Amino acid sequence: MTTTAITGIGVAAPNGLGTENFWTATLNGRSGIGPIQRFDASSYPSDLGGEITDFDPADHLPNRLIPQTDRMTQLALAASDWALADARLPPGTYEPTQMGVSTAAAYGGFEYGQRELHNLWSSGPEHVSVYMSFAWFYAVNTGQISIRHTLQGPAGVLIAGESGGLDAIAQARRNIGKGTRLVLTGGVDSSFCPYGWVARMTGQTPTTDDNPAHIPAEGGTILVLEDPATARARGAHIYGEITGYGTTFDPAPHRRGIPGLARAIHTALADAHLTPDDIGVIFPDGATHDSTEAQTIATIFGPHKTPTTIPKLMTGHMNSGAAPTDLATALLAIRDQVIPPTPAPHTTPNLVTGRPRPWKPAPALILARGKSGHNTAMIVQPASSTHG
Amino acid sequence: MTGVVVTGLGVVAPGGIGVKAFWELLCAGRTATRPITAFDASRFRSRIAAQVDFDPTLAGLSHREIRRLDRATQFALVATRETLKDSGLEPEHLDPTRIGVSLGTAVGSTCRLESEYLVLSDTGRQWTLDHHYAGPHLYDHYMPGSMAAELAWETNAQGPVAVISAGCTSGLDAIGHATDLIREGTADIMLTGGTDAPISPITLASFDAIKATSPTNNDPEHALRPFDRTRNGFVLGEGAAILTLESETHARTRGAHIYAHITAHASRSNAYHMTGLHPDATEMAAAITAALDEAKLPAHAIDYVNAHGTATKQNDHHETTALKTALGHHAYQTPTSSIKSMIGHSLGAIGAIETAACALALQHNTIPPTANLHHPDPELDLDYVPHHPRQQHLDTILNLGSGFGGFQTAIILTRTGPP
Repeated sequence: MTTTAITGIGVAAPNGLGTENFWTATLNGRSGIGPIQRFDASSYPSDLGGEITDFDPADHLPNRLIPQTDRMTQLALAASDWALADARLPPGTYEPTQMGVSTAAAYGGFEYGQRELHNLWSSGPEHVSVYMSFAWFYAVNTGQISIRHTLQGPAGVLIAGESGGLDAIAQARRNIGKGTRLVLTGGVDSSFCPYGWVARMTGQTPTTDDNPAHIPAEGGTILVLEDPATARARGAHIYGEITGYGTTFDPAPHRRGIPGLARAIHTALADAHLTPDDIGVIFPDGATHDSTEAQTIATIFGPHKTPTTIPKLMTGHMNSGAAPTDLATALLAIRDQVIPPTPAPHTTPNLVTGRPRPWKPAPALILARGKSGHNTAMIVQPASSTHG
Repeated sequence: MTGVVVTGLGVVAPGGIGVKAFWELLCAGRTATRPITAFDASRFRSRIAAQVDFDPTLAGLSHREIRRLDRATQFALVATRETLKDSGLEPEHLDPTRIGVSLGTAVGSTCRLESEYLVLSDTGRQWTLDHHYAGPHLYDHYMPGSMAAELAWETNAQGPVAVISAGCTSGLDAIGHATDLIREGTADIMLTGGTDAPISPITLASFDAIKATSPTNNDPEHALRPFDRTRNGFVLGEGAAILTLESETHARTRGAHIYAHITAHASRSNAYHMTGLHPDATEMAAAITAALDEAKLPAHAIDYVNAHGTATKQNDHHETTALKTALGHHAYQTPTSSIKSMIGHSLGAIGAIETAACALALQHNTIPPTANLHHPDPELDLDYVPHHPRQQHLDTILNLGSGFGGFQTAIILTRTGPP
C-alpha cells in the first residue's frame, strides 16, 4: 500500500505531558505509575495506575469546551494541538476537505458517563447534561478534533480493543492513499473513575501482578500523517514513513487454530517489502499473558537478534493510546538514533535494558494485541529521502 | 481493483425479526413506533420508541449468549446468522484468514452498562466498594470492541475485525470500511453492518436534554414525521442489520446471488458543531459529490435517495438543501424517502438497516415510502414518496447518513458493477 509521512507528534503520557517531556522520561527510565489520586481506590485489590497528574484542562483548552468534554477528550484535544504545532503547517496549505481525522477509542468518555448516570439516577432525567449525548460516545474525540482544527475530510473512529490505535492510523493511511492530504490520527483513552476501575477488574487482566504493562493508564498519542509528496513539497520535517501494516484475529477460544500474531507480522513485512532481517527494533505489546508473543518474535526474528524494548512498562497500559505512543517512541528513536531501554524485567527476548542504546535508524516494528484476539503490526521507517 | 457485492442480508428491526418481516413492514407503510414498555418512562419528555419485539430464546440464542451479551450484540448475532444463511456461505469451508468483521455501533452495550451501574451504585444511592457485585462480563460491555469479536467467533473470521463508531453514520461507515478492505485485497468476505439497542433511561435522558426526540407521546404511531411541516424530532429505535459483502470475483466464482454492488462510499465532516448542522449543508453535498465521483456516475443516474430523514426541524432542511446542491435540478425528480418514519432511529444501526432496505429495493424494484407525511413543508419541496411504496425500475440508489460529531456519509448501491 502507499507510504505515508508522519510530520507531527503529540504525546500525553503518565510519565510525560508533551512529546519532549515524555521522550526525556522514557530515555531516563522514569515511570509514571503510582497510587491513583483521582478517586479513592484504596479499597480495591489494586490502586496503582498510570495517571497524568500535571494536566489541567484550563491550561490547554477554552473554558467553554471543558464542561462538555470528558478527560479523554481534553487530553486528545491537547495532543492534537501539539501534533499540529509540531507539523508547522503553514495556514492554508490544504483545503479543509483535504484534511481528515481517524481516532481509536476503547471505552469512550467513561468518567463523564458515570457522572451523568449518577445525575440521572440520584436526581432525575432533567439533571442529565445537555452534552451527555456526545460526551461519552466513542466518536467524540474525532468529532471534537475535526471541529477544533476545521478538518472537513473523511472522519473515522475505529474500535478494536487495546490494538485499535494502530488500526485507526492504518485507516488514516488508507485515506491518504485515496487522496486526503493530511489526517490527524491516533488514540487517547482515560477512565479513572470508580466504574471504569471496577469494569477493568472484571476483565481477564489481573491488576495486581508484577507486569507494569497490565496497570491501567491514561493518555495516548495523536500524529499528523501527510501525503509524502506534498509534505516534502512544503519542506516539512518527516519523522518517518508508515510502510507496513497487518491486522488479524485469533481463532475463537473453542476452535483449534493458529494464533494470528505471526500472520499480522508477515502481512506488515510484505506490505513494506521488507524481510525480518530489515527490522532494527521491535516494540512488542508486552501486556498479554500467554507466551505467544515472545515465541512468535523468537521464531520470526531469531531468539537473540533484533533489539526489543517495552516503554509501556513505564506508563502502564493506555489502552487504544498505547500502541500509537509506541509508534511515536519509535519515531523519536529514529530521530535521535537511540533505542530507549526497558526499565523492568519482562519475558520478551533480547530486551534493551539499562541505558539507552545508540543505533543506526532502521525500520521499527510495533505490535499491539487485544484481549479479545486482535493482533496488529505496523512498520515505520526512516524517511526515504529528506529532500525532494 | 475488485468490485464489492452484497450477497446476504440479515435484519432485526422493529415490527418484525428477519428480512421478510422487515420488508413487509416497509411495503405496508406501517409504523412500529409505540409507547416505551422496556422500562417506566413516565419521567421522560419523550416516552415513545420503536422497540424490537425480541425474545432472545425464540430468536435462537443460547442461554450462555443471553447471559453474556448485551441486547445490541444479541441483535447483531441473530442478524449475522440470517445473513450467512442467506448468502449460502459456510464459514467452516472457507479460508478464515480471508473473512473479516466491520460492525457499526454508536452506543455499544449501554443497556448492560446502565443495569450494571444500577447494581454497583445501589440505584444511584451509594457506590459500592465491593467490586464483586459486578457481573462477570462487565469488561466486555465496557470495551465495545468485544462486539465485533463476538461476530468473528460466530463466523470464524480471522482477518480484520473492528467496530466502527461514527455516531449515527456508524452503520454506513462500517460498510464503507468493509468495502475498502475487500477492494484493497485484505479480505474476500466481510460481515458488516450495524447494531444498537439504545432504548434505555440514560440514552433517553441524553436526547431529552437537547430536545432531539419527539414529544408526541399521545400519538406514538404518527410521531416520527420526516419532511412534514409538523415534524418535531425523531423517535428512538433499535435493531441491527448485517450484510455479507464479498469481492465480486469470489461471489461470481461460487455463483452467489448478488443483491447489489457497493459502488461508492464517501464521508465528510462539517467541523462545525457536535450536534448542530451547518445550514448551507456544504459538507453533506460534498460527500454526495465525492461518492458520485468515486462511482463515476452523473447526478441524473440516481434513481432513488434513501434519506437520513430524522424528522428534526434541522436535519430534513439540511438534507434537502444538500440534495439540491449535489444533484441540481435532478433532485426534484428523484424519489427520496425516510424509512425511519416506520422503524425509528436506531443510531449506529440505522445506516446498515437502510442499506439492507436499499438492497431489497433494487431486488424488488420498489421504493419504500415515507410514512406520516400529511402536511407538506413549503420549504421542503422534493418528492418524498408519502405513505405508499412505489414500483419503479431501479438501477442506482444513494443512501445518506448524518450524525452527531459532524459526520456526513453517502453510499451508492448499484444493480450492476461499474462499466
